[in-house]
Amino acid sequence: MSKPDDRRAKAARIRHLLETEGDAVEANTAGFNRGRYEAVADLESYEELKGEARGIKEDAIERLPELLEQVTQTVEANGGTVYLADDAADANRYIREIAAEKEADRVVKSKSMTSEELEVNDALEGDGVDVVETDLGEWVLQVADESPSHIVAPAIHRSRAEIARLFNDRFDLEEPLETAEELTMFARERLGEQIREADVGMTGANFITADSGTIMLVTSEGNARKTAVVPDTHVAVAGIEKVVPSVEDLSPFIELIGRSGTGQDITSYISLLTPPVESPTVDIDEPDVAFAEREDDRDFHLVLIDNGRTAMREDDQLRETLYCIRCSACANSCANFQSVGGHAFGGETYSGGIATGWEAGVHGADSVAEFNDLCTGCSRCVNACPVEIDIPWINTVVRDRLNHGVDPDRFEFLYDELVPDEEPSGLDLQKRLFGNYETLAKLGSATAPLANRVAELGPVRSLLERSVGVDSRRPLPAFERETLREWYDERGPRVAASEADREVVLYPDTYTNYVDVDRGKAAVRVLEALDVHVTVPNVGESGRAPLSQGMIATADEQASEVYAALAEHLDAGRDVVVIEPSDLAMFHREYEKLLPERSFERLRDGSYEVLEYVYGCLENGADPAALRAPEKPIAYHSHCQQRTLGLEAYTTAVLEELDADVFESDVECCGMAGSFGYKQEYYELSMDVGDRLRDQFESPTAADRLVLASGTSCEDQLDDLLEREASHPVEAIDPGGGV
Amino acid sequence: MSTESGSLRRRFQDSLADLEVSVSRTEPASFEATLEDVVDDPVVGTPLPFDGVSLPAWVDEEPSPRTLEAATTGVTAASFGIADYGSVVLPSTEDGAEQVSLFPDLHVAVLREADLVPDMPTAIDRLGPALRDGDSAILATGPSATADMGSLVKGAHGPKAVHVVLLEEGGDE
Ligand code: SF4
Repeated sequence: MSKPDDRRAKAARIRHLLETEGDAVEANTAGFNRGRYEAVADLESYEELKGEARGIKEDAIERLPELLEQVTQTVEANGGTVYLADDAADANRYIREIAAEKEADRVVKSKSMTSEELEVNDALEGDGVDVVETDLGEWVLQVADESPSHIVAPAIHRSRAEIARLFNDRFDLEEPLETAEELTMFARERLGEQIREADVGMTGANFITADSGTIMLVTSEGNARKTAVVPDTHVAVAGIEKVVPSVEDLSPFIELIGRSGTGQDITSYISLLTPPVESPTVDIDEPDVAFAEREDDRDFHLVLIDNGRTAMREDDQLRETLYCIRCSACANSCANFQSVGGHAFGGETYSGGIATGWEAGVHGADSVAEFNDLCTGCSRCVNACPVEIDIPWINTVVRDRLNHGVDPDRFEFLYDELVPDEEPSGLDLQKRLFGNYETLAKLGSATAPLANRVAELGPVRSLLERSVGVDSRRPLPAFERETLREWYDERGPRVAASEADREVVLYPDTYTNYVDVDRGKAAVRVLEALDVHVTVPNVGESGRAPLSQGMIATADEQASEVYAALAEHLDAGRDVVVIEPSDLAMFHREYEKLLPERSFERLRDGSYEVLEYVYGCLENGADPAALRAPEKPIAYHSHCQQRTLGLEAYTTAVLEELDADVFESDVECCGMAGSFGYKQEYYELSMDVGDRLRDQFESPTAADRLVLASGTSCEDQLDDLLEREASHPVEAIDPGGGV
Repeated sequence: MSTESGSLRRRFQDSLADLEVSVSRTEPASFEATLEDVVDDPVVGTPLPFDGVSLPAWVDEEPSPRTLEAATTGVTAASFGIADYGSVVLPSTEDGAEQVSLFPDLHVAVLREADLVPDMPTAIDRLGPALRDGDSAILATGPSATADMGSLVKGAHGPKAVHVVLLEEGGDE
């Protein structure tokens, strides 16, 4: 299939999911996400607990070989059996042998993503064993023959009405089922019987403690409890990364997992089973023998699965994935996931942001290539992750690897001159275009306004769509003939360094320099009004654009150049002020991976978001009267990465200091996310995500307000979503301008 | 009773109230009457390990699969309670406490006030030696629940309701 066809096919698939599953997925994930915010807000030691959880996982993965040996000894001393399976086939073979040995007709299962990874159901069913999922959500999927759309709540893509239709269709019922209560009781009844007659119970394990051989299961329904104790044979399947040193290590995870995932302080049941358990079996063949009288001979098998994990552990970039406790926060907090769910944003087994790491590790490139682009790097999952995994970075690394895996001969195209040598020449043209945005902007500005007019011509738009997949429904940014730096060089500073309270270098990000020059000018005037000496130096692109396309080598080179250009200013005690939050986030987050530690720290500590800086000036005695007070009440959308850095509050504080009434959006992302919303295959998804923001800003409270947004992409997106124009907050307080 | 344990008890009761779990406090002497008020027949149970308290004769103390299936209420002992969460820690025992606490529609957990601990780390520290000794336990917090069928329903595979009977400490108030 040609590239344009691929894009159209992908767009069609996403459109289909938006239409069929989008509403149910959105209602559920957004609910979990809200629940998470509330639940962690009530947890006093949230940040410390995350640090503790992270520390335990780092240590456990570091010591994994030793812990595996220990847990094997412990479980065997307890009377169980441990099998270390190399891969899915190996694990399935072992499990089938157990089933055969037990002459099992039926295996009941409680929910386990690891068992999905193995596809053990198919393996057992091939031998004629009846496999029954007892988690209600999993059972719905089994009846419907579908795959999970979420790692914790697998059937969230189905509404109650759809489940009722499914059951009424599939089962011979006297009365049709309707309410959630009726559906649940029907399932309970039916599954209760199946569990009673089961020969083997299979569970997963959220954690396994090496010191006691205890498996911890986090559940709410109680089916895992029944699965583990009713039959006399219990098989627990788990990835090798689930082992932690001791029982005492479980505490932070118990406190974090429910809150992070579905927003529950704790789920109904935390099972801490040290199998073989003392509980008697429930044997329907001996219904009148009292439990206390039974002498059961229980059989327990712990099947620990490698399936690529040892290699992940040895991979410096993917290793963090093994810390994941599969809470689902990175799915629920993800704007794209909220719209399409795991059937689009997921691979063979796993879904959500971290799925990229898991799928790359256990299934390989093909599974990841399908969905990796859905991570836009907005970073909203970063603070939500209870083990502090840098999920966007894992996505970037995997994207970079996928880029390098692309057949190098695929395109020899006119854009070659835009591509630095370090990046593979077969790189997807669309990625090249967006990754080299600065080059394009330079060219566009030099030839503006002609380039803008040409770019908007119908034939050019359709060529752009066909060749690089820039969606023709999306207006293109218009380049300015005079860049911010040219304007500033001509104009010069208005506050002399000798008279200034402080000195600032204003970072001319690509977008401000070439496209939205007005917000750059406003920033200069605002800072000068506060007695700050401003310079706008010649510094290039931060590397954000290439990084978001997975072009790490280019980003790395640009990071070094930016640092080199800014170092002398940092040496001279000047503060670096940044307008575009995605570039500031590079300085504060991603540069940690790209620069030497000392350089990273210096730039991070010396750079500020522009309104954060204004806030600091005002706090230190600058006169707010020197700024313009916004004339209208404000609807403000902060930027995703700005919020991850915890910097959105400064903008609101400054606006309120100037007596403005501020209404703030609380959506995770505007949906544009840099180049994402321009891409033909993702345009509709981007607009669907944007709809949530539109709804908030068109609500009666916000409908007449002045729209402000900190990010370039957000401004563009809001312009497309609303009748009103959006501006940067610095423009609203610019004494020399006004919006 | 010291103020400290009094406030622990109140914290526990507040947490239970948030979970919509009902609770009654009783002295050992009035245990039977208290229990009678909260159960629905038929009732199964497993023997309580507390001094001065035992299950009344009308509770089937030696359930079998058949009586378990028929029971409406299951009564078991909790080895301790976690005030911050309203959780009860249910030990798995050879006489089937796990099943009795799980199958019937109503689970009544009997807990001594002296066995309340403030928070999760304390609870897990206390469980460590027992688990290393081969024991198993369930931290149960409220009834069984699911949202898989479109909205929250109590009693997915386990009890639809939980009641906690708190045994007052000797010489209390
Ligand atoms: S990566 Fe973090 S947030 Fe995502 S599922 Fe794993 S633990 Fe949860």
